[in-house]
Amino acid sequence: MFTETEHGKTNRRRELLARWALGFIVATMILPLVLIVGYLVVRAWPLLSWDFLFTNPTHGMRQGGIWSALLGTLYLVTLALAIAAPVGVLAAVYLNEYARENWLTRVINLAVVNLAGVPSIVHALFGLGAFVLFANMGRSILAASLTLAIMTLPVIIASTKEALSAVPQSFREACWNVGATRWQAIRGIVLPNSISGILTGVILQVSRTAGETAPIMFTGAVFYKKIAEGDPFAYSIWDQCMALSMHLFTITTQVTDAPEALPFATAVVLLGTVLLVNTTSIIFRTVLRSHKRW
Amino acid sequence: MTDSDAAIPRSTTRGKTRGVRPAGPLPGRPKWQLLVETGFEWLIRFCGVSAIVFVFGIFFFVLREGVGLLFSPDFSLTEFLFSTKWYPTSMSHVRYGVLALMVGTASVTGLSMAIAVPFGLGAAIFVSEFSSGRTKETLKVVIELLAAIPSVVWGFIGITVMNPLIQETFHVPVGLNVLNGATLLALMSVPIMVSIGEDALKAVPDSYREAALAMGATRWQTVYRVLVPAARNGLLAAVLLGIGRAVGETMAVLMATGHAVNIPHSVFDPVRTLTATIAAELGEASVGSGHYQVLFLIGILLFSITFVVNLAADLVVKGARGQG
Repeated sequence: MFTETEHGKTNRRRELLARWALGFIVATMILPLVLIVGYLVVRAWPLLSWDFLFTNPTHGMRQGGIWSALLGTLYLVTLALAIAAPVGVLAAVYLNEYARENWLTRVINLAVVNLAGVPSIVHALFGLGAFVLFANMGRSILAASLTLAIMTLPVIIASTKEALSAVPQSFREACWNVGATRWQAIRGIVLPNSISGILTGVILQVSRTAGETAPIMFTGAVFYKKIAEGDPFAYSIWDQCMALSMHLFTITTQVTDAPEALPFATAVVLLGTVLLVNTTSIIFRTVLRSHKRW
Repeated sequence: MTDSDAAIPRSTTRGKTRGVRPAGPLPGRPKWQLLVETGFEWLIRFCGVSAIVFVFGIFFFVLREGVGLLFSPDFSLTEFLFSTKWYPTSMSHVRYGVLALMVGTASVTGLSMAIAVPFGLGAAIFVSEFSSGRTKETLKVVIELLAAIPSVVWGFIGITVMNPLIQETFHVPVGLNVLNGATLLALMSVPIMVSIGEDALKAVPDSYREAALAMGATRWQTVYRVLVPAARNGLLAAVLLGIGRAVGETMAVLMATGHAVNIPHSVFDPVRTLTATIAAELGEASVGSGHYQVLFLIGILLFSITFVVNLAADLVVKGARGQG
């Protein structure tokens, strides 16, 4: 009674084919990635050591480590996020808690979307025109960090908004009912209940900021700068600095006859930092989701 | 926020309360607290509109540096847009034609989309409809990590891995070309397509899937007869955002496309894109010179292109919501 028809067979075959084809597509995306990361690590292996991280580049960046670039990236990321996080979080609070459905809110949302889509090299032009020249900061860590901050701002706004809107509306209503003002409800209930989600969003931006090259190329990063080894306060915010991403670009394209493993080791440190930070924040997020109280 | 919120007092310092509570400060709250509260509310409003300020700021400051050239005798807008002669530092006769650069951007973006669209949307369909539970979560995490790889690392992979690979596979002398850059851009824009495409498919109500299954449709038939048409706009927005990312990408194409101002005749020709030109030449151009100014005009051009693409994506998404 239930023999399979020709039509049913064709359908089943097509279904199987589609499943395999789509699975193959996903595999072709992920497999090369694993292979490439593995290849980079193998090529970089001879140079990877603590010494590599904590010594300055020497001999025209053909020998030595990456200390000054590593510290420069740390400065840029810290300062950029210290600027972008408060502004972004408050902007998201405005959009999620204060803004009403009107033209201004629509324009702000549109601006956020478009700011996120501005090419990184245009951010560089803006940083050069506005901070380095107009505000007269010169090429400095401060100018580069401000440029990076504006670049990460829309993403922080978006992730914070998501975290805020995950707090149930009934929490706010309960606050208002006991006489709290809007701000008291936000500070007392909404922010504490969404702070971990907000932080995850900000931490994810650490890796993006660390990896960006174009925006800092003309606003504060230099090819080479020697600083005191082992001193975490070797830069001031008015200095120019080296950066890991810029250093990778330089030794790959500008420095000839550098030993092979050197650019590979730099790439692995950059990639490793980025993947480590992101994996940590993804794990953090997963744990938080499973511990949610509502 | 819902309409009922209109009755919630926005601040006790104001007398406009329309709710059950009388206007004016509560008896127990010291004055400094009210001041802090008002201050914070203004700060929040100020930050709220900051995104608008920055978008206009970017346009203004980039234009401000480049606008001088528009009135210079060396410059004509038709030559800028329709000439392939890019000689910004020529001593005898400077020419600022960016057509070859635009074609460079278009060729790399076009080829990368030809690779990325089937892969990105295919992967979005697989993640959303053909996988579940732990597989799904793992795939989403891997794709998120793929998105995190910095563009300078992609460029490095283009030089050290893709370059010899292309040389050997296709027996061409140079592996830094359109194909190399497009492959990297495809890998970079796939994650954004997957995550937005997956959102679009997830937004299709389950009742559609149930109805299709009840009619005896297989899962694949459900996907291409029901889900893809229903999520059409969201998928289109995913593609548009991928294009926006590819057009604006700088470091990877700077390192991997071979860097020659050239109208490409095959995928093995080197090209130079708009973004790469700015990145490569801004360091050498002296502030205020014609060369410096034209690079800022290219910046305005790029800003306008991505603005239109993002606006289109936004409108398409809004359209999708309107229908749903």
